[in-house]
Amino acid sequence: MYVLYAIISLTGLGLLLGLLLGVAGKYLKVESNPVVDEIEALMPGSQCGQCGFPGCRPAAEALAEGTAPATLCPPGGSALAEQIAALLGMELDLKDVQEPEALVARVSESTCTGCTRCFKVCPTDAIVGAPKQIHAVVADACIACKRCVEVCPTECLQMHPIEVTLRNWRWAKPRAAVLGELPC
Amino acid sequence: MLNGLGWLKPPRIRGGVHAEERKANTATQAIVSNFPLPKKLYIPLQQHVGKPAEPLIRVGETVLKGQLLAYSQGMISAPVHAPSSGTIVDVNDYPAPHPSALPIRMIVLETDGKDQWLELPEIGDPFQLSPENISLRVGAAGIVGLGGATFPTAVKLNMGRENHIDTLIINGAECEPYLSCDDRQMQERSEQIIDGVRLMLHGMETHHAVVAIEDNKTNAFYAMAAAARHFPAIKVMQIPTRYPMGWDRQLIRYVTGREVPVGCRSSEIGVTIHNVGTAFATHKAIRHGQPLVSRVITVSGGAVGKPMNVEVPLGTLIAELFAFCGVDSTQTARIVMGGPMMGDSLPHTGLPTVKATSGVLALTQAELKSTDEQPCIRCASCLTVCPAGLRPVDMANHIKANQLDAAVDIGLKDCISCGCCSYICPSNIPLVQYFKYASGEVAARQQAQHKSEQTKKLMAARQMRLERIAQQQLEEEQARIAAKKERERLQAEQETAAS
Repeated sequence: MYVLYAIISLTGLGLLLGLLLGVAGKYLKVESNPVVDEIEALMPGSQCGQCGFPGCRPAAEALAEGTAPATLCPPGGSALAEQIAALLGMELDLKDVQEPEALVARVSESTCTGCTRCFKVCPTDAIVGAPKQIHAVVADACIACKRCVEVCPTECLQMHPIEVTLRNWRWAKPRAAVLGELPC
Repeated sequence: MLNGLGWLKPPRIRGGVHAEERKANTATQAIVSNFPLPKKLYIPLQQHVGKPAEPLIRVGETVLKGQLLAYSQGMISAPVHAPSSGTIVDVNDYPAPHPSALPIRMIVLETDGKDQWLELPEIGDPFQLSPENISLRVGAAGIVGLGGATFPTAVKLNMGRENHIDTLIINGAECEPYLSCDDRQMQERSEQIIDGVRLMLHGMETHHAVVAIEDNKTNAFYAMAAAARHFPAIKVMQIPTRYPMGWDRQLIRYVTGREVPVGCRSSEIGVTIHNVGTAFATHKAIRHGQPLVSRVITVSGGAVGKPMNVEVPLGTLIAELFAFCGVDSTQTARIVMGGPMMGDSLPHTGLPTVKATSGVLALTQAELKSTDEQPCIRCASCLTVCPAGLRPVDMANHIKANQLDAAVDIGLKDCISCGCCSYICPSNIPLVQYFKYASGEVAARQQAQHKSEQTKKLMAARQMRLERIAQQQLEEEQARIAAKKERERLQAEQETAAS
């Protein structure tokens, strides 16, 4: 008989608490931090993990909590660091920020076997091809995440620096400032 | 009555410098027209703002002077014509007349020495043509702004007509030191230039033009005033000699007293500016049907033996131009295309002259500014001379610290790279070089931002596709299981029926 009481009371308690949790979950829902959303929108979104966090969203959360520096994202470079610092009102030291080298994947046509592995892992669908046909990279869509390089069985996919043309040529920074010889 | 309040009005000239002119050795001689025809001409497909022209000739074809080589594509573009008669030997990438000398597509024409014109159409009275027809012909002649901006002239004429502009300003300021090609053209070709201005007025349906000439070019002023005396619609005026007087906003402010707001085109406030060279090219195109195939170039600088203004076919290599003008290559410390203030320094002379080339300078070491940068002494000279009213020293400090957004906030995008700040700086701080670097970097960042947005879209699209495929597979699997069950049930029914 006591067993029955115990069962009934525990079941009732469970149902009641469950109901309460359900109601709380619906009506007292905690909205996600809007700052995190804003930071995430700024980030490259390739979920590369180079910052040490499992993706862009966790990195954005760490930034919003103030446990990570604004310069954490290597692919974003100083441009992103500046935007994040402006958004969060952080002090910014850009001395150690390395500008990301612009790379693009390229298929070596002599060794490509048309195995289709690379375009299955490409996060932006930047590789086109068909089974047993030579694949090709759409350079404008490539984000240099190097996933294709890892899966390619013949090492025919390699990262190359983006070729400088008149379209993307820029003036270099005057030298004295690069060497840091003079105070600002 | 309000004249007494004149001192309350904003000043008509803002900033600027008066650099040593160094024009005398070329401005006093007539334009040389006997330049020997080069063996090969290198004609870039992009000599203008906008989309490159699309070639319509094949390698091996023979062409006549003035024949269309590449047609314009898109709204803002310009065609390219053969500067002489001969054979097309290549259409390929060659070094561009640009500080980087990176390759750009060019048509290579081997000249036959005859310099034979295409049969040119007979044109009656051009003032009987409709204004639309005028801009059509100007566009087909490949005319672009010859002051150096190379914006397609036909587009500007159309914009002027659509915006009902009231004043056409003809820019004869030529404020850059060394250059005198516009000065000489105004002296020698004043009748044709004034005719070109009348044609432009007709093409834009405008009734008022002002030819603005700096007051250091008195001969040009008198020649132009004499040529314009029968045409009351055209006023020739002198403007103070001060660099950058030829900057469109400065010129508009001085001539009309109007200020072009940031981010607006001058045609939006009722003014359009064309260069005197463009007016001459318009005259040639409309009266004689000749497309733009040559231009007058000032060759000057300390290392030039015979400095001169010379008319050369477009696509002539600078090396040949220098050989003709007796340039001492051992003395040459820097080759500059354009004027010394805004021109681009070129790495070598194997580059062609283009529609934008107003001058080519071979400067000696003595003519260059020292490059040893000293600390800023807070003299504020750069603030005084900036014609755009910016704070160059503050912008440069932000850029030095890599804070480009801060530099943009205080007006980096309004910088016109005129170089007044670098010129005046007693500490040799390369201010304008910082701004050129930063402008490029800001553009690169905008592109990166755009790419990042595209990437997110692509990733979302891929995610959706993968989910759809998974969903489809799930449905197929379920359908297969259901079909199997159905089959088994039927089989069982049949078996029971049979037993």
